[in-house]
Amino acid sequence: MHPVTTVHYLALSAALLLIGTVGVLTRRNIVVILMSIELILNAVNINLVAFSHAFGPDHVQGQIFAIFVITDAVAEAAVGLGILIALFRNKETVLADEIDLLKW
Amino acid sequence: MNFLDLIWLIPLFPLCGAALMLLVGKKLDPQPASDVAVAPGVEPIYDEHGHGHSHDHGHHHDHDHEHDHGHTHDHSHDAGHGHHHHSPLKFLVNIICPGMILLSFLLSAGAVWQLSNQANRVHQVIQFTWLAGLPFHMANGQLSTFQADWGFLLDPLSSVMILVVTGIGFLIHVYSTGYMAHDNGYYRFFGYLNLFVFFMLMLVLANNYALLFVGWEGVGLCSYLLIGFYFQKKSAGDAGKKAFIVNRVGDAGFVLGMLLMLSVLGTVRFTDVAAVLHSGQFTAETAGFGVLSAMALLLFIGATGKSAQIPLYVWLPDAMEGPTPVSALIHAATMVTAGVYMVARSAPLFQLTPSTSAIVATIGALTAIFAASIALVQNDIKRVLAYSTVSQLGYMFLALGVGAYWVAIFHLFTHAFFKALLFLGSGSVIHAMSGEQDMRYMGGLKSKIPITHWTMWVGSVAIAGIPGLAGFFSKDEILWQAYSSPLGSTLLWAMGLATAAMTAFYMWRLMNMTFYGKSRATPEVLAHVHESPRSMTVPLTVLAIGTVLAGWLGTPKLWKLPEFFHGFEGWLAPVFASAAGEGVHAAAKEAASEGLEWGLMGLSVLIAIIGISLARYLYFIKPEIPDRIHARMGPIHKLLYNKWYVDELYDFLFVNGLGKGGGRVCSSFDKNVVDGGVNGAGWLTRFSAKVSMWWDTWIVDGFVRFSSFSVKMLSYPVCILETGRVQFYALVVVVGVLAFFGYYVTR
Repeated sequence: MHPVTTVHYLALSAALLLIGTVGVLTRRNIVVILMSIELILNAVNINLVAFSHAFGPDHVQGQIFAIFVITDAVAEAAVGLGILIALFRNKETVLADEIDLLKW
Repeated sequence: MNFLDLIWLIPLFPLCGAALMLLVGKKLDPQPASDVAVAPGVEPIYDEHGHGHSHDHGHHHDHDHEHDHGHTHDHSHDAGHGHHHHSPLKFLVNIICPGMILLSFLLSAGAVWQLSNQANRVHQVIQFTWLAGLPFHMANGQLSTFQADWGFLLDPLSSVMILVVTGIGFLIHVYSTGYMAHDNGYYRFFGYLNLFVFFMLMLVLANNYALLFVGWEGVGLCSYLLIGFYFQKKSAGDAGKKAFIVNRVGDAGFVLGMLLMLSVLGTVRFTDVAAVLHSGQFTAETAGFGVLSAMALLLFIGATGKSAQIPLYVWLPDAMEGPTPVSALIHAATMVTAGVYMVARSAPLFQLTPSTSAIVATIGALTAIFAASIALVQNDIKRVLAYSTVSQLGYMFLALGVGAYWVAIFHLFTHAFFKALLFLGSGSVIHAMSGEQDMRYMGGLKSKIPITHWTMWVGSVAIAGIPGLAGFFSKDEILWQAYSSPLGSTLLWAMGLATAAMTAFYMWRLMNMTFYGKSRATPEVLAHVHESPRSMTVPLTVLAIGTVLAGWLGTPKLWKLPEFFHGFEGWLAPVFASAAGEGVHAAAKEAASEGLEWGLMGLSVLIAIIGISLARYLYFIKPEIPDRIHARMGPIHKLLYNKWYVDELYDFLFVNGLGKGGGRVCSSFDKNVVDGGVNGAGWLTRFSAKVSMWWDTWIVDGFVRFSSFSVKMLSYPVCILETGRVQFYALVVVVGVLAFFGYYVTR
């Protein structure tokens, strides 16, 4: 059985990034878009933790930074969902393509 | 005390009185409201016994109505009367106003006395420069500076004038305290009267034409105010306006003459004008009608307005709408002689212009005979005197025109006495007759108002030309000068003589109709006839004495009396001395025709006696004859009675013709030319506005719209990217990131 190496982590991270990006760009429901953004952030977290592990026990900055990113993601999700609720109250929709106020 | 340097104070006293009356009088008057409470057309006043009567009501009033009115006094009026009569304000006015004139008179007398003791009898007091120098080019191209002083000139001529104005003025002020005692607006009357004396003194004391003109216009204003004193009456207001407007015509001539004088002679100061004219720079315009003649004629036109000569005399008879003391002071003794004074003051000019002098003499003689003919048949006592005044002023201009300036001033002097006397006497008659002015309703007043009778008798004898009284000396001298002067002629003399006959006739017609024979008044009026109060009879007496004495200052040289008795000519001689030796010429002629002069004098006395006798015969001995004459001479009587229809002619020619016709011409000019110009300008503006609007819409706006349109067109490709969809923007970001990534990877 092959050991799990850094490359595997990176592959997983890249896959999550790809899935998240595609989700952000293609899904119409804003809730799903927010979830996709979470995927992107988690891809970053995996990257940080993977490199922190790869550099040995003397380098924990990556792991600490991942904690920050998680905090940030929570805050961002709270703000995003708040905006979403305000939007829904005004427009009665959660579909991103129906909210096009910035059109010329 | 040097009165000569104080002559500037002389006009100031009456001005103070006027200012006091007109500025604070109204506030002190106990019943200002009653001024307007009187019904229009009647001005009720009350005599000592409380009987109402109307004063100065105008001859056209319905006679019966007048007498009805005499009994319609009610309690409110009586109450007002009592309050009015004893008001302390009135007492104050009685002291101040005549007192101011008396002060002026005393100062004048002092100044004239000191002047007579001087060798050079010209005294000029220049207080300050009033109109300061504007440089201008004279007619001959020379550069000159316009300047008029606030200056006063006392010389023999103006000293005669100030003594007449203040002396007669004072007597008339005293008379007015009695005559106006029951009228409303007492302080107003005296304020105007004092203001008049102020302006009149400015007129005669001014040392230049510009300042003279100030007085000239001022007296015109006061005349207007006083003619219209009973402003509730339409006829009085109209007469005031007529006087003012007719005088403006003359004043236009005066101003033009003054400006021409400034342009030709370069100065308006009397002494300088005389100096320039005597300098030899200008010669007498014997041959034709030159610039000096035009100047003199323009000044004379001014004089015809103020002194009521043809063609501008029409205002003076109507001016009798004013209270009688006003008629006496302004429209007989002083203001109307302003024109005579002004022409006499311009003697240096008129001496050089025989053609204008001839016009002056002709107008004077024509006016004299014309006005006298109207006076023959008038029934209103004041109107007879008004036409008599016009006629006598004509005499004065006749004298001026034939170059006998001192005689004109002498007649002015004597006329001031006897005409003021006659007017005041007629006022006393009207006062006694409860306001009646129509002589047809008078008669037999002799014993009822004896003082008025004998004073008026003196005046009438004087004006008729009976030797020994003032009128004879001056009138006879005028007739002799008209005959003998180089500028005179037999025709002028004959006109003067005819006028003298008519004068004697109409004055004695007046006397006979008023004082003698049977009374034709209604019993009611007759019951109230009473002699006037002392304040009125004393001035009458003084004037009567003056009428007797004044003429003795100018007896004919023929009578060979001591120098004093023809001192008037010698007193005025320096003022009228001409550069050329004209006096020599006249003296020579006089010596040659002494017998002739006696003859002419006798003739004029004879004709006066005939006039008086005829009047007595027709209006006393056989009073029925005049009616028969009227019946037979219907058209002529009607012509004279209607004053030769001159008022109607003027109405036709000027008021309706020039006024309304000119109005029509002006209105069509207005409509077509002026309005045409305005409308044309409006149309042009509209047209240019249309052009500019088209330019704006299509060119300016077009350019702006095109530029915005092109920007819009260019923006379309960019707009396509602005979908408003967040995910599209995110896609673009991702693509961009990938593009950069790809670029760096594949580099």
